[in-house]
Amino acid sequence: MLHHEEPEKINYLKTVLVGIFKDNTIFRLAISLCPAIAVTNSMKTALMMGIAVVFVQIMVNITVSALRYVINPKVRIPVYMLIISGWVTVIDLLTAAFFTQIYKQMGLYIQLIVAFASILARAEFFASKNRMVPSFFDGLGMGLGFLLALTVISFFRELLGKGSLIGLQLINAKPLLIMLLPAGGFLTTGLLMGFFNWIDMRFYGGKGAGGATDQ
Amino acid sequence: MDKELVHLFELFISASLINNFVFTRFLGLCIFFGVSKKMETAVGMSVTFTAVMVISAALSWLIYNYVMIPLDITFLKIVVFIGIIATFVQASDTIMRKITPGLYYKLGVYLALISTNCIILAVPLINAGEKYTFMTSLVFGLGSGIGFALALVIMASIREKLELADVPRPFAGLPIAFITTALIALAFTGFAGMITL
Repeated sequence: MLHHEEPEKINYLKTVLVGIFKDNTIFRLAISLCPAIAVTNSMKTALMMGIAVVFVQIMVNITVSALRYVINPKVRIPVYMLIISGWVTVIDLLTAAFFTQIYKQMGLYIQLIVAFASILARAEFFASKNRMVPSFFDGLGMGLGFLLALTVISFFRELLGKGSLIGLQLINAKPLLIMLLPAGGFLTTGLLMGFFNWIDMRFYGGKGAGGATDQ
Repeated sequence: MDKELVHLFELFISASLINNFVFTRFLGLCIFFGVSKKMETAVGMSVTFTAVMVISAALSWLIYNYVMIPLDITFLKIVVFIGIIATFVQASDTIMRKITPGLYYKLGVYLALISTNCIILAVPLINAGEKYTFMTSLVFGLGSGIGFALALVIMASIREKLELADVPRPFAGLPIAFITTALIALAFTGFAGMITL
């Protein structure tokens, strides 16, 4: 029994890690960028957004995987869109009900999770071909990768822009206002992306490719 | 009437410059970074986007106000708007191919990419959220589209030059595009406070 379980577990861990690092939505694939910049001027909203995406990604993967024999391949994309928008509506109403304050700042971006290329892509390339448990771990990995990217970006933006972390004041020096402005979001993401590319080139011998949208 | 016109004009300026979708609302970034490498594609994309934005704003306003509000199903707006836009894009794809094949060859590629784009979906969502009237919805859609077109054209013209620049290897491609966008966004901050609605 134990002997049988062992290789499976490693496989799941690998699935999760690929989603977090190798195929990181923001830094490596460069898709679903809008919220990465829109909600990252404070760590609180960034974490909220990340958790919402983890939830939607996992639930969509599970639903698509469970229905993979029922969905007619000819109409699969509209069906996936319907599933995604259903789950986004769920998380949208949940945040509106329980986190009213945060929802006022970022409600639009939660609704727009529906248009995330990464969620549709995972449904199409992974969940529609795999069983429910692997799909769950794939969704978890992709979601966590997104959460991680948002956390890193918002960490720098909040620390440098307000001198605080998750609302806790740490530095009393005059902060850099630019980090809170829209420009700061683009700047931080650009610099971090360059940094990740540099690590990839320096230590893993990569070519420093610019991401999926940069073909 | 006169006051109404002034208000519409203000909304147009606000949607296109002050609250520019790309630089201050951060929407449509995937497309923005994806197609801004060449001027020709950038122009094609912006024309298609503006048209789809205005028409989908009109369609979803009609359905939202005459079907969804009377039936009290406004909580389904995400599902319904996605449906409207996808159907409309699919329909115009088919119609364009039959009626104007020339235009279809030029813009058809972009149409396929549009249906699930966040910038297109954002217009009806904002319209519904702000309870705009039919006319304001249209103007908001138009202003947003023009603003997006402006952003794309500016970016494309810079990136065409950037191709020839000697950028440090890890920053080549997207990272430097992000940093360029940061500088343009900083310039666009100058419009803030020009009109307060």
